[in-house]
Amino acid sequence: MSNNEQTLRFCSSAIMMRIKTPKNGRVRRELEKRAPKLVETGKKTLILQGTKTSGTLNGVLSEIYHLKKGGAVRFTRKNDNIRPFESGGEASLEFFSLKTDCSLFVYGSHSKKRPNNLVIGRMYDHHVYDLVEVGVENFKSIESFNYDKKMAPRVGSKPFIAFVGEGFENVDELKHLKEVLLDLLRGEVVENINLAGVDRAYVCTAISLNKVYLTHCALRLKKSGTVVPRMELVEVGPSMDLVVRRHRLPNEGLRKEAMRTAKDQPKKKVKNVSSDAIEGTIGKIYIPDQKVGDVALPNKAKGVKRERREAKKKEANERASKKQREESE
Amino acid sequence: MTMETETQSQKAFHVDVGNLLAVNPFHSFPSLPASRDELVKECLQEGTKLVQAVADSLFNLPSTEDVDGPLVKLPPPTTKLPREKHLPKPKPLTKWEEFAKKKGIQKRKKEKVVWDEQTGTWKRRFGYDRVNDDKDIPIIEAKMTDEPGVDPFAKRQDDKKKRVEKQEKNRLQNLKQAAKIGALPSHVQLAATALPITGTQAPPKKVTKDELGNVAGMAATSTASGGKFDRKLPGEKPAKKQGKHRKFLPVVEGSGIGSREKEQTESVLNKLISKHSHEILNVGKAVTMYNVKKEKKSRNKRNQEGKSSSATNKLKPKKQLQKKTGKKGPVSSKKGKAK
Repeated sequence: MSNNEQTLRFCSSAIMMRIKTPKNGRVRRELEKRAPKLVETGKKTLILQGTKTSGTLNGVLSEIYHLKKGGAVRFTRKNDNIRPFESGGEASLEFFSLKTDCSLFVYGSHSKKRPNNLVIGRMYDHHVYDLVEVGVENFKSIESFNYDKKMAPRVGSKPFIAFVGEGFENVDELKHLKEVLLDLLRGEVVENINLAGVDRAYVCTAISLNKVYLTHCALRLKKSGTVVPRMELVEVGPSMDLVVRRHRLPNEGLRKEAMRTAKDQPKKKVKNVSSDAIEGTIGKIYIPDQKVGDVALPNKAKGVKRERREAKKKEANERASKKQREESE
Repeated sequence: MTMETETQSQKAFHVDVGNLLAVNPFHSFPSLPASRDELVKECLQEGTKLVQAVADSLFNLPSTEDVDGPLVKLPPPTTKLPREKHLPKPKPLTKWEEFAKKKGIQKRKKEKVVWDEQTGTWKRRFGYDRVNDDKDIPIIEAKMTDEPGVDPFAKRQDDKKKRVEKQEKNRLQNLKQAAKIGALPSHVQLAATALPITGTQAPPKKVTKDELGNVAGMAATSTASGGKFDRKLPGEKPAKKQGKHRKFLPVVEGSGIGSREKEQTESVLNKLISKHSHEILNVGKAVTMYNVKKEKKSRNKRNQEGKSSSATNKLKPKKQLQKKTGKKGPVSSKKGKAK
């Protein structure tokens, strides 16, 4: 990112500071994309793993990456210095988050004490905001499902999300998991959506106090009498049982700051419109000058026809006069 | 947006159309179904109900026709989720902007091209071919206040440089002020190039990785125990050459010249006088060179025999005689000596 810079050296009184601005338009646009905005759209996800992973865990991580293809980054090397729940073990995560501009991460690791462990976490300002640790059981990958391939959901479509169970209201850990899963599965926040393009749904059921069954389904819209079609869910994608192990809620001050939103967006200035107390709303219209001579006349205008006839007559006369001159000479 | 669906048990789902989300907070499993398939089936059933609830509100929204299908404008989502980055802070007014606000100075829009009296054309205000360029001035009239010996053209250039420097200083100060609040524009980064040094303003020299490694080793050897028992940091390499760097002969060994000193002087002398010159001469190479030369000569002789005979006949026997007393002599003698 700091490859092309324009540096302006200047000797200040105490510390020599340097202003670095990008020399390239592409770098400038990238920096602007990463700057904090008033209204935020999608979050990017970072998927990585620890020192040891099992086969099922590898499958889980790669399928999550497939589901979030447009907005996810997958690291395949093992990182043995990342321990999300310990105080010093987050530095590497925060560095990666800063470099890839990802604010969600999914960290997979496997050990005897915690088999098939997934830590789903969120970042605020590239510092760890909150974490949920879940264990994956009964994982079924996409390949093991038989379905009509034509119904497969397309990459990047906005999903329907359904949470079933009273556990999501009563149990603390499940409440937290619900929020994190919503953030993870949501995708981009859009204003307009094309009704023909809704084709996927995630169903999350609370089976017991700490277990959740998550599955990904394709939608079939069947004809019903009204405008609203009848929905049919067909399991296509990965399905797994998530067992909540540990979680860390954000501390209150940080949570309050992160939940703050801009009250009202500055209204976009509409040009050439002004309002008056007496006359109400007035709009200005600018008309360019009319070029009367250059206006294209329709083909069968009588005047044009006459001109052609006259031009032809003139030509004929000239030829005749030329011939006479030649004959005379 | 809470929507009530009249189900058999009259329970309400929480539906958030902006997120395409639906929550059923009332369902519970009194007893887990026996088989996995039944569990999956029940979960899908409940899920279908929820998705249907969302779809009901979604498809009833006013839609506009588009090329790909009906477009619907979603309402803003109701479930609040935390932001990923802090809210952008409004950038502070620069020093000039504050002054202008106080004095009531309005910003005036300037035209791109300005009429140039000298050439009589429209020229740019700044840039390549600009209006009041320093290099276009042919004559500067001397004023009473001018000192003799001062070049007015150079003076104009110096003045311009000073103005530009002042402007850059002001710009840096404004950016520092913005950075203090945290409202630096996204494409600008302020970097400290050097720490303050009292006295001269020379920036510190950049130290390479190898130099730093050497310095660490040198500092370690200056300890009382020679750096042997120092705790090493992870990644620190051991000192390059440990122990003494030079070996000196003992001062006192015996009477006269000692045996080790004798060895030293002998090796030096031998190198100079080349007593063991067989070590200097590469025997193999000499033999190959001789063989090659011999083959060349025999080849030439055969060619000459084929082409002409008279001229070379006189020379032939003489040549052969000379060959026999060639380099073989010293080589053979050296060979004996080498062994």
